[in-house]
Amino acid sequence: MKIPGLFWGQFRRDGALALRQPGELANPLAFFVLVITLFPLGVSPESAVLAPLAAGVLWIAALLSTLLGLEGLFRRDRDEGTLEQLVLHGDPLVFAVLARLLVHWLGTGLPLTLLAPVLGAMLALPEEARWPVTAGLALGTPILVLLGGVGAALTVSLRSGGVLLALLVLPLFIPVLILGVSVAELAVAGLPTAPVLAWLGAGAALALVTAPFAIAGALSIAVETG
Amino acid sequence: MDTPLLTVRQLRCERDERVLFADLSFAVARGTALQLRGPNGAGKTTLLRILAGFHPDYEGEVSRAPGPLAYLGHRPALSGLLTAEENLAHYLSLTAPGTALSAITDALERVGLAGYEDVPCQALSAGQQRRVSLARLPLLGITAPLWLLDEPFTALDDRGIALVTTLLEEHQAAGGGAIFTTHQPLAPRPGLETLWLGPEGAP
Amino acid sequence: MKVPAPLVRLWHRLGSPRWFFETTAPWLPWLLGLGVVLLGAGAFWGLALAPADYLQGNSFRIIYVHVPAAILAQSCYMLMGTCGVVLLVWRMKLADMVLEAAAPIGASFTALALITGAVWGKPTWGTWWAWDARVTSMLILLFLYLGIIGLRQALARPEAAGRACAILAIVGLVNIPIIKYSVDWWLTLHQPSTFKLTEKPAMPPSMWIPLLLSVLGFYALFVWSVLQSTRVVVLERERRTAWVQNFVTEQGSKP
Repeated sequence: MKIPGLFWGQFRRDGALALRQPGELANPLAFFVLVITLFPLGVSPESAVLAPLAAGVLWIAALLSTLLGLEGLFRRDRDEGTLEQLVLHGDPLVFAVLARLLVHWLGTGLPLTLLAPVLGAMLALPEEARWPVTAGLALGTPILVLLGGVGAALTVSLRSGGVLLALLVLPLFIPVLILGVSVAELAVAGLPTAPVLAWLGAGAALALVTAPFAIAGALSIAVETG
Repeated sequence: MDTPLLTVRQLRCERDERVLFADLSFAVARGTALQLRGPNGAGKTTLLRILAGFHPDYEGEVSRAPGPLAYLGHRPALSGLLTAEENLAHYLSLTAPGTALSAITDALERVGLAGYEDVPCQALSAGQQRRVSLARLPLLGITAPLWLLDEPFTALDDRGIALVTTLLEEHQAAGGGAIFTTHQPLAPRPGLETLWLGPEGAP
Repeated sequence: MKVPAPLVRLWHRLGSPRWFFETTAPWLPWLLGLGVVLLGAGAFWGLALAPADYLQGNSFRIIYVHVPAAILAQSCYMLMGTCGVVLLVWRMKLADMVLEAAAPIGASFTALALITGAVWGKPTWGTWWAWDARVTSMLILLFLYLGIIGLRQALARPEAAGRACAILAIVGLVNIPIIKYSVDWWLTLHQPSTFKLTEKPAMPPSMWIPLLLSVLGFYALFVWSVLQSTRVVVLERERRTAWVQNFVTEQGSKP
């Protein structure tokens, strides 16, 4: 009774909050599209040039836009004092954390994944790579949110933690980037992509069962500083 | 049932190179309220936060009777975008999941906010927001035997202060206990004790 | 299960910064001496006596610095991850102090490995920088170190900073093998055009014995510098205790 109550209570609250400030979720998404627009302008509009870069550009834009959304993940809760109540009563805290991250992913990672086929077409992403890349993003963006959540929780008590947050989490994102981009390369080469997607899925499962504990620990530390 | 709700033995805490308190021992029995007094920076808030379990950096022993704890910090723990009812519903899901939501309406009525259930908290005045925070107390009542309140009287008008006093008295009568910090001492009454913090002790 | 009392006592003593400070003092000259002798012998043998590589000539001799630095860079992170676990599980203050002291040292070794790698890369690969798997992993490792150092500096209160860094160090430790394997795999996908250093023919003993000596010398110097640095952290954190004040007064009154 306690655990589902904790999870759904948090899910309802964060969901209502997200719906009431759609800008918070829309901005990272707009940023995602914007970064992708910059590439043809900065590199070349030629399909031949863009096609081999497309998957990499999509993934790097996804990494950066996830990073942008992370800063506010726990900041408001902390400033309002809700985080104190969460740490005090959320027992076990990981379930409340999971609900929070789920709402965040539904608002950022999921729409980003759904936009990917369209933006891929704008970047001349080869057709055979379109769906594998989208599947990769669907599996990879939860890892980004989970790992990024650790960084967000560690820096939540800092006034301006943005740059430090980038330094903390971007190195951890690298395996996801590598796997995600290779999916496209394998697809273009006509090789099976399922094994790499399976690795991404395994990564997501590993992050799902470990990262919430690190986040819960980091949030408890953040609450100590008052 | 005579074990105290909270027992503190030989508590010592240093913060930023300064000894806030040392050799502090006290207990809160059922039916008593303890007001923490002392000048700014004497460590009242820190003591409350240690008792709530937020601060691990102390020496000594703090033992608390089982059961949830109601803690009201100096931040209201309300989300401005959510209504009073939604904020309290979230609080209930943390502290007492499964409680009927009608309890929220009753609690808001109790703090004088009947009819404000659906107003986003950012549209409320500071005093009203404080009252929404305080609605947590009648909401939990004796389910949370121990209340820890940091400056519960700030931003409240006279009737608000009277309300908090009544809530405390009812809680004590029901066998609960409370510790609160204040700069506005309550009139002496049975079951109300005072603890002075700070270098000089009681003036 | 009951833990025997002497073990408990030892454990508590291990956690005491004062015990650490007083016990490690006599080790320091020995470690320093050992490090200098081993490294000196390794360097002399490696630089002057070992034969030149049949493929790379004399430029290979930088491995006597590069390889030990790279090994230490990774060992140091493992040490920090272990300290992180000890701090979070047993709340041992000393682990936090070692974690704080080791981070800049590990970052320096990582930077040294990267710089010597670049210097070696110029004659070998014809370029200062190639996206070789090891180089890339080492660069990411440097970022992990910088993250821990940055987090420590940003968080004001040492207790909170210590545990936050411990969490980060553990997350990093779990991720290092994942990063390493993904980078290795990424390179096999991209058909490296450069030499692979891993596929060199086996070294003759006249090459690897000095390398072994250098590695051991680096380890001794590493332990020495971590101990020294931790001792400084101990003095700083415990500066208000009587024993530190006595120690400082004694040091000050020495001629």
